[in-house]
Amino acid sequence: MKKPIVTNDYDSSIGSLKNYITGFLLALILTLLAYFLVTQKIYTSYNQIIAIISGLAIVQLFVQLIFFLHLGRESKPRWNVTVFVFAALVVVIIIVGSIWIMNNLNYNMNHSDSKIIKDELIH
Amino acid sequence: MNNTAAVANDKISIEKENTNKTLFGFWLYLMTDCVMFAALFACYAVLHGNTFGGPKGSDIFSMPYILAETLLLLTSSFTCGIAMLYARKNQKKIVLYALIATFILGLSFLTMELHEFRSLVIDGHSWRQSAFLSSYFTLVGTHGLHITIGLFWMIVVSYQIYKKGLKELSIKRLALLSLFWHFLDIIWIFIFTVVYLMGVV
Repeated sequence: MKKPIVTNDYDSSIGSLKNYITGFLLALILTLLAYFLVTQKIYTSYNQIIAIISGLAIVQLFVQLIFFLHLGRESKPRWNVTVFVFAALVVVIIIVGSIWIMNNLNYNMNHSDSKIIKDELIH
Repeated sequence: MNNTAAVANDKISIEKENTNKTLFGFWLYLMTDCVMFAALFACYAVLHGNTFGGPKGSDIFSMPYILAETLLLLTSSFTCGIAMLYARKNQKKIVLYALIATFILGLSFLTMELHEFRSLVIDGHSWRQSAFLSSYFTLVGTHGLHITIGLFWMIVVSYQIYKKGLKELSIKRLALLSLFWHFLDIIWIFIFTVVYLMGVV
């Protein structure tokens, strides 16, 4: 018999009730934690809280990928994971690249803004 | 006798392989959808400060309201997973109840979102006011559009399961739907964090 090309067997990758409940509770805790950190203003600086809530979102991304989407449970070769990693790379390039380029453009084009003068110490 | 059993076995394994291929194809689609959302997120990240004299995020977002929306969608993602779990165990009744719960939660989420959009537009803060609001409505609206499509899809799949039972084909469709629904919940986590939480910090 021909060897199947895509071998992830979704029967074995469905997970159990315990799995779903764990994932749900973890997601709930992470969401509420991020919410209360921001609304109760439990942080010292802007950069700190941005880093913390971004971190919490990324942790929750993996919680949901593992407990709800069962990523990584398929048998080899792991095409789903491969495609996911590539998509994540493209996403990072698009987002980080856009912010980087547009900030640069803003910096170089916005002559009416006195920020540029302050930044370069021109008086 | 032996021969027919082997043929039947072969048929099942071919069917399974087809299902796995479909699931993989759908996963590919979801990843490209992810790239589209990345472009919208990048757009929002670049434009969120350009309010053109209009309101900032912190002026228009009501956080308890947004938290309620988030919890509704998270719970619906969970019940959708439950539906998939019991479909594998061949328990039609639980699957249908779980799907109905998912549908109601998803519909409440959508209603809350549309209500939020409506009150923003009534207050004069529509997408026409500033680049920030344009990118906001595009990003959140695109997610809402996906949710709407998912809800229609859920009606079709539930009806099929109700009429024809848990056959291989209807389980496959349910599996695709649950992938889609979990994916939308993940996108929402990032909207919740990037748009709303970072908007009010």
